[in-house]
Amino acid sequence: MSGGKRIRVLVAKPGLDGHDRGAKIVARALRDAGMEVVYTGLRQTPEQITEAALQEDVDVVALSCLSGAHNHLFPRVVDLLRQQGGSDILVLGGGVIPDEDIPGLKLKGVSEVFLPGATTQSIVEYIRTHVPIT
Amino acid sequence: MEAKKHSERKSSFKNTSDIELKRVYTQSDVGGDDCDIGLPGAYPFTRGVQPTMYRGRFWTMRQYAGMASAEESNARYRYLLEQGQTGLSVAFDLPTQIGYDSDHFLAQGEVGKVGVAIDSLLDMEVLFSGIPLDKVSTSMTINAPAAVLLAMYIAVAMKQGVPPTKLNGTIQNDILKEYAARGTYIFPPRQSMRLITDIFAYCAEHVPEWNTISISGYHIREAGASAVQEVAFTLSDGMAYVQAALEAGLAVDDFAPRLSFFFNSHVDFFEEVAKFRAARRLWAKIMRERFGTQNPRSQMLRFHTQTGGSTLTAQQPDNNIIRVTLQALAAVLGGTQSLHTNSRDEALALPTEESVRIALRTQQIIAYESGVADVVDPLAGSYYVESLTNEIEKAALEQIARIDALGGAVKAIEQGYMQREIQDSAYTWQQQVESKERIVVGVNQFQVRESAPRGLERVDEAVGERQRAKLALLKGNRDNARVQAALSELERCASTAENVMPAVLEAVLAYATLGEVCDVFRRVFGEYRPEETLA
Repeated sequence: MSGGKRIRVLVAKPGLDGHDRGAKIVARALRDAGMEVVYTGLRQTPEQITEAALQEDVDVVALSCLSGAHNHLFPRVVDLLRQQGGSDILVLGGGVIPDEDIPGLKLKGVSEVFLPGATTQSIVEYIRTHVPIT
Repeated sequence: MEAKKHSERKSSFKNTSDIELKRVYTQSDVGGDDCDIGLPGAYPFTRGVQPTMYRGRFWTMRQYAGMASAEESNARYRYLLEQGQTGLSVAFDLPTQIGYDSDHFLAQGEVGKVGVAIDSLLDMEVLFSGIPLDKVSTSMTINAPAAVLLAMYIAVAMKQGVPPTKLNGTIQNDILKEYAARGTYIFPPRQSMRLITDIFAYCAEHVPEWNTISISGYHIREAGASAVQEVAFTLSDGMAYVQAALEAGLAVDDFAPRLSFFFNSHVDFFEEVAKFRAARRLWAKIMRERFGTQNPRSQMLRFHTQTGGSTLTAQQPDNNIIRVTLQALAAVLGGTQSLHTNSRDEALALPTEESVRIALRTQQIIAYESGVADVVDPLAGSYYVESLTNEIEKAALEQIARIDALGGAVKAIEQGYMQREIQDSAYTWQQQVESKERIVVGVNQFQVRESAPRGLERVDEAVGERQRAKLALLKGNRDNARVQAALSELERCASTAENVMPAVLEAVLAYATLGEVCDVFRRVFGEYRPEETLA
């Protein structure tokens, strides 16, 4: 791969939640930071997100959920990615997520969880640190 | 030397609407002749919709609540009523809001999470059990399937022996802001507008005291809009509903008195007070000048207010009590008809009972102790408030003209105009917070090391299982022939121009589920699939 490869990110809204202010802000901030960003729009199933991630050949899937369904939806995306050859894709989560749920999500393969008040800069830095550019 | 002595802490002072604020306002800022603010209860209602306002009675204290099952939500409603709340406000879970039963595969993990799960009339009977529907007013945050939940409410009332003419309350029923900002749409715009005007027509005849729509700026603001955008987009949506009803053959003064509004209250205190006053004046002028209404009630912008959820911080959550107090005070000084005060822990989870009680007590302290409710529109005549009211009105009118030029709210939303404008404002705000141009206490300044919050509310994961079991039982016990007949009749009405409400009512009385009724509409109307664009 060439040295100039840009990091590719899928920003996705799993489940029925309609709160997309955060997802859209993150998508735009990542784009402004030089990454290539695809935003799925609302109401995506884990299956649809996985398919889009593989099709778009992304390095990162950033999941946003504020409805409380994260424990069901986030691990499902990780599992499907692993089953379908996307185990090297970094999966991030964000939203209204109780602290006590974070260890469980990480155990199931979500790399990091960003909570209300997180800066877009911290997300950009996390991705740059954790996605190897070859 | 002189300049240094009077230096200011910023080079420019602007509110969220990007209005440049002067150091001081004087008589010259409010104009001599066009300073026509009138009196409360009189056109253009800048100062309030009633002459007596809170000297007559306080605003309705209405806390948005609902979680898990109908049983648990019913217990929370009874608690709130015991604590002196004066109206109910129902939060439904996402599957209910999008017309899926709890056993639908897309409902997995979502049942009972952000509100109560309602699958059939059976759940609705439990939700209002022991609550006489002729004695309370109930607001229901339901949009795409509003016809179905309204029919269920009417059905519960009938079973309690309360005639529909005695019912008071509101359905949100505002689909346009769902496409623009909130996301719980089901059907395409044209078909959704038809359902809405069917409800207008049905209620005008059968449920005359019901607020048939709550045209909502709340979610537009939460998604990132400024105060001016909130007013402009909301009133543009309102005009689109009036237009749709006129095109459906309704007479404006038959339905317009039952239109109601729902605004946000954020934390820039004077901007919010001025916003409410400007919105009221604008709507009155629009209804009189554009739509030729004769009835003053058609010109009155009556509104519910909720304090700004997006202004709450997960950091130092008790600080949110103070934010909510300021926002609630702005809503009261702005002349709101009802009010929800957010709970301190809502950036973390659903609120606990204790948090909700503090939020309700905030309203009660404003009402009973602060004295601000004793005089109508007490900020009137303030150079700053009147000037800002004028400026917000002017800026909102400019935005409305841009939407008019695109062909109105429906077209503007279909083209993604409102969505892009909202997104731009949200992104600008975030950048201002990250650059510390805007200070959010506890988030980008005055932080402390905090331990993880304890005692947050959690929804029992088993609620989905229980709802699914209830559904299976219901489908085995009900008269399935009656259900099928009702659904066929509904399909026939939906396919023609006939008002769907009587058929929806018969279907819910037969215990057809919410999902079954919405599936009929999905078959006939199709589903909305937005094109996603990042601005």
